[in-house]
Amino acid sequence: MGIIDIIASIIPAAMVYAAPLIFTALGGVFSERSGIINIGLEGLMVMGAFVGVVFHLTFYDTFGAATPWVSILVAMAVSALFALVHAVASITFRADQVVSGVAINFLALGIGLFLTKQWYDKGQTDMVERPFYATDIPGLSQIPIIGDWFFSDWYMTSYLAIALAVLVWFIIYKTPFGLRLRSVGEHPMAADTNGIKVYRMRYIAVMLSGAFGGLGGSVYALTVALNFSHSTIVGQGFMALAAVIFGKWHPLGALGAAIFFGFAQSLSVFGSGLPLFEDVPQIFLLIAPYVLTILALAGFIGRAEAPKALGEPYVKGSR
Amino acid sequence: MLFSNRMINILIPIISVLLGLLSGAIIMFFFGYNPVEGYAALWNGAFGDSYFFGETIRQVTPYILSGLAVAFALRTGLLNIGVEGQVFVGWLASVWVGISFELPMVIHLPLAVLAAALAGAFWGFIPGILKAKLGVHEVIVTIMMNYIALYISNEMVRSVLTDGADRTPEIFPTASLASEWLASMTFYSRLHYGILIALFMAAVMWFVLNKTTTGFELRSVGFNQNASKYAGMNVSKNIVLAMVISGAFAGLAGAMEGLGTFGYMNVKSGFTNIGFDGIAVALLGANTALGVVLAAFLFGTLKIGALNMPTEAGVPTELVEIVIALIIFFVASSYIIRWVFLRFKKEGK
Repeated sequence: MGIIDIIASIIPAAMVYAAPLIFTALGGVFSERSGIINIGLEGLMVMGAFVGVVFHLTFYDTFGAATPWVSILVAMAVSALFALVHAVASITFRADQVVSGVAINFLALGIGLFLTKQWYDKGQTDMVERPFYATDIPGLSQIPIIGDWFFSDWYMTSYLAIALAVLVWFIIYKTPFGLRLRSVGEHPMAADTNGIKVYRMRYIAVMLSGAFGGLGGSVYALTVALNFSHSTIVGQGFMALAAVIFGKWHPLGALGAAIFFGFAQSLSVFGSGLPLFEDVPQIFLLIAPYVLTILALAGFIGRAEAPKALGEPYVKGSR
Repeated sequence: MLFSNRMINILIPIISVLLGLLSGAIIMFFFGYNPVEGYAALWNGAFGDSYFFGETIRQVTPYILSGLAVAFALRTGLLNIGVEGQVFVGWLASVWVGISFELPMVIHLPLAVLAAALAGAFWGFIPGILKAKLGVHEVIVTIMMNYIALYISNEMVRSVLTDGADRTPEIFPTASLASEWLASMTFYSRLHYGILIALFMAAVMWFVLNKTTTGFELRSVGFNQNASKYAGMNVSKNIVLAMVISGAFAGLAGAMEGLGTFGYMNVKSGFTNIGFDGIAVALLGANTALGVVLAAFLFGTLKIGALNMPTEAGVPTELVEIVIALIIFFVASSYIIRWVFLRFKKEGK
């Protein structure tokens, strides 16, 4: 196998694993930029995966070939609502955001498995028959090399992930909404003085993180896992959180980090078959994302500066 | 006074538990189960006969220790989400010592337990030193350390402790906490001597935090780092120390599983949740030694009792996970409960 073919097989595989991380990390960027820590990304992904799979299984007859797309939209909506729990606890009730996030993770898995038992009478759902499929882009896939690398065997969701990352970057850095969002996360009192509704911005941000987390979870479920069980989402949410930090709370940074983590994940799955990586023990690829995040945080790979008001509940009128 | 602050502090966990259980009842009712039957099944599953009771206490044992681990760090103002990973390395270390040496019990068992505590302490030291020296937030580092622990332990079991097998051999009986006596008393449940260690460590935590200078410094750093520094305390030393001790407690929780309940370590596809449940235990126990023991008892009861719910009442076990998650929410949102109380207080005057 030549190097070009190797790359042609690595890139789409890496993107399959990266796409859910990208979606979820973008959600994390929204939430954390508004000053709300979101450890609950894992739970939001669980909820998304659960809703995505169940909706797909239930409504395939109604929506036919469009079902996967409808499913991820529904998963986004439900997860956004589910994220409200985190929003209410951590914004209105001033709960510790980390603790509330931990509770979100418990709650999502609890609800998902409880309803799975309830509806399917077993520990996991049935398999999804017609999930997302990888496709070649007509025309573009004919281009030599680049066509093989970037336009053959890709899932549409992978393109969507990259497009959304650019969109989120635009929203956060180029629109008034984004400026308000960032100001609320850096200095909520100053923002409040300027007439920005801090609570409302934070609610929106947390719900957006729910929508994106749900999208990530459902895309993972409908491209990789194909069913829902206790082991569908194991750590992808935390990895997305790592991508947020590794990417320095920047949408495009998160995109890069998520692609890298996806690459590491896919290598730990397929790597043994590839000439360059067959000698690298799998364990190093497995722990690479986590070790790199710690190193990034410790400042060995450029200092990562968190939003200033991250984790602090805003109490109107206090200084 | 009708509701003193102390009173409210005690009432909040109790109210949270009641609200959690009530929500569970509502969910059961909503899905067409009989809540009374459901909770009766849970009760029988935890205390119905001596076997169940033994299993409940067995489950309480690691919860006490993981709860102590979270609580100890929280008293110094650190949130140790990494208890899960510290449990893993503790479990691994205890089993490693348990299968590698043949020693008399008086040396072997303490050695294995100590190894677990040291491994956990080391796993806590890394986020501690990063926090103290570089100001890196301990929450993210400990989360990452969890996954590193999970994958490294799996790899160790597969390629170092065995030759590609999925579980280690049984530990030598000289390193085991298992007790013929306790087991036979409880219809051969997996109850083991670990509960004594757990209760002893709870006493140790109470003593260290409340009766020693070190404990005073640790709590002081938890209250206000700047004031502590001004008073001449070494803040970064205390942060590292808190994480190390917290990690040691967590490592011991791993030893309970490795030397007591299972007697081996196997390759795991995911977390044991002992560490994550420890967060719930510590929160509910208000970070005090006695509170942790009581909260561990409650969660152990819920977890073991839940196993009986499908057979006796048809209710899925997972209901309890939802109840526990809601209890955490209610405790974490205690601001609102407190607010309601203060409302009452004002009007009562």
